[in-house]
Amino acid sequence: MSAESAFAPPPERHFLMKALTNRSFLIGLIITAFIALMALTSFFWTPYDITRLQVSDRMQGLSLAHPFGTDHMGRDILSMIMIGARNSIAVAIVAVGIGMGVGVPLGTWAAARGGWVDEMLMRVNDVVFAFPALLSAVMITAIFGPGAVNAIIAIGIFNVPVFARVARAGALALWPREFILAARASGKGKTLITIEHILPNITNLLLVQGTIQFALGILAEAGLSYLGLGAQPPMPSWGRMLFDAQTRIAVAPHLALFPGLAIVITVLGLNLLGDGLRDILDPKLRRER
Amino acid sequence: MTTFLLKRLAIGLVTLLVASIVVFGVLEVLPGDPARIMLGMNASPEALQSLRALMGLDQPLVTRYLNWLGGMAVGDFGASITYSSPVIDLIGERLAVSLPLAMIALLLSTLIAIPVGVFAASRRGGVADTITMGTAQVGVAIPNFWFALLLVYVFAVGLQLVPAGGFPSWNEPWAAMKALILPAVSLALPQAAILARVTRSAMVEVMGEDYIRTARAKGLPRKRVLWRHALRNALIPVLTILGLQFAFLLAGTIIIENVFYLPGLGRLIFQAISQRDLIVVEGVVMLLVASVVLINLVVDICYAVVDPRLRVRR
Repeated sequence: MSAESAFAPPPERHFLMKALTNRSFLIGLIITAFIALMALTSFFWTPYDITRLQVSDRMQGLSLAHPFGTDHMGRDILSMIMIGARNSIAVAIVAVGIGMGVGVPLGTWAAARGGWVDEMLMRVNDVVFAFPALLSAVMITAIFGPGAVNAIIAIGIFNVPVFARVARAGALALWPREFILAARASGKGKTLITIEHILPNITNLLLVQGTIQFALGILAEAGLSYLGLGAQPPMPSWGRMLFDAQTRIAVAPHLALFPGLAIVITVLGLNLLGDGLRDILDPKLRRER
Repeated sequence: MTTFLLKRLAIGLVTLLVASIVVFGVLEVLPGDPARIMLGMNASPEALQSLRALMGLDQPLVTRYLNWLGGMAVGDFGASITYSSPVIDLIGERLAVSLPLAMIALLLSTLIAIPVGVFAASRRGGVADTITMGTAQVGVAIPNFWFALLLVYVFAVGLQLVPAGGFPSWNEPWAAMKALILPAVSLALPQAAILARVTRSAMVEVMGEDYIRTARAKGLPRKRVLWRHALRNALIPVLTILGLQFAFLLAGTIIIENVFYLPGLGRLIFQAISQRDLIVVEGVVMLLVASVVLINLVVDICYAVVDPRLRVRR
């Protein structure tokens, strides 16, 4: 019976027990919650108003008044990082949403239909995978103009084949199972079976992949905004802050330190959360430790 | 084996063909007349007309696509107007920076990651394993351009061992190598972190196999079993990631070359996009896509060499 539990959702109490004893999951959850809280707080409170430029306070070091210092226009770095978190999270979440929203229907459709539909979709996947993601993201944002929305689309497009692949693989493993056969015998169509039986059983896989893509999305957004193709000033973004810091690194290295740390901590938190979730939800995928 | 390779080759060619349609299609529909962008808003209609004719923009879309595709098949990528030189020469010139950079980075990342991964797997669950894999977990989260900035601060601004950016030329090999060290390290380290994790988990899986126990039981030394028997069998997932990483490294140079002001492919495409030098963009993108397809093909061949079972399947 142990093979049965691989796809079946684990009982609620079981899940909590496992979650509370999984170190990766706990640390990841705490970090992610902290970053999310920071982004939410920034909507109604930041230590300083970053729209007011105070040139007399420019490029200050660390102090009690400005724990992370100030940038070349006298803006408080901590406040900018808090608001930048919003941008990173929003871009990455919507990009994952696009990837799931398009990829999962495509992947499950390919698995349900098989034959030429499946072959076709997988070949299209090959084509998308043949474009290095960053290259295409640069192309898309350069063609349609820089900005947060185009960055979301660029990153989202490359999440589509990833989710299509995961959904297809998960669905393919389920189709030969008895409970699907039973559903087919009772006269349900393929679409209905996919919605009622396949989807609930691949949620775990999608959740784990979603966390990983979320982390990759944050890295990609930082890269794009570093190149000046992401969110445009005055909207602060972590990547843009690093770009601004680069030319001043000899005089004010702390400008480069904190936005980078923010990226690393956020991505680390999400990766740990993803690893933890995989261990908890999907014992089959679990790597022996 | 031959059918396997032929099928892979056919898939690769189809992928390239579809990719060329996508690249051409996307870039041709984008807003902005390249001729007008080059000549500016005040250009006379006659000048515009003649430049458009020169660039072939007055011909129908399909003719232009076929000309472009046919040209590439024989190595003629067209000529850039902004650089007034053939695209293939531009690519060659820039590749002389990007290719060594990507290769040094890949070499560094492999040299670091595989021993670390094997070591961690051999000490599974121990302190050394926890520390190395914890470090790798952090390494995966580090954006390479931020790591590059930190390296610049320490080694270029602080210790002044290497330049913070720019590239002399290969006429001065020593200076050129020095200019590539920091970019290569910053590309390599985050990749090494990923590769080390993959190596470790592949090794852990293999080491639970019966044939490893047999090898140990018949008295082979532990080290020999680890490096000869286990690593060879763990190489398949490692190879997959290596292949993916080379493509990623070539594209990753877009950001890193901008950090270090290196005149490579990444900067070429970045500048060509903003100047609407479409023929250059199309050429570079197709080159990168072709290299991804080629690498995947090579990885598939390596699979067949490493694992004879795969030659029969499919």
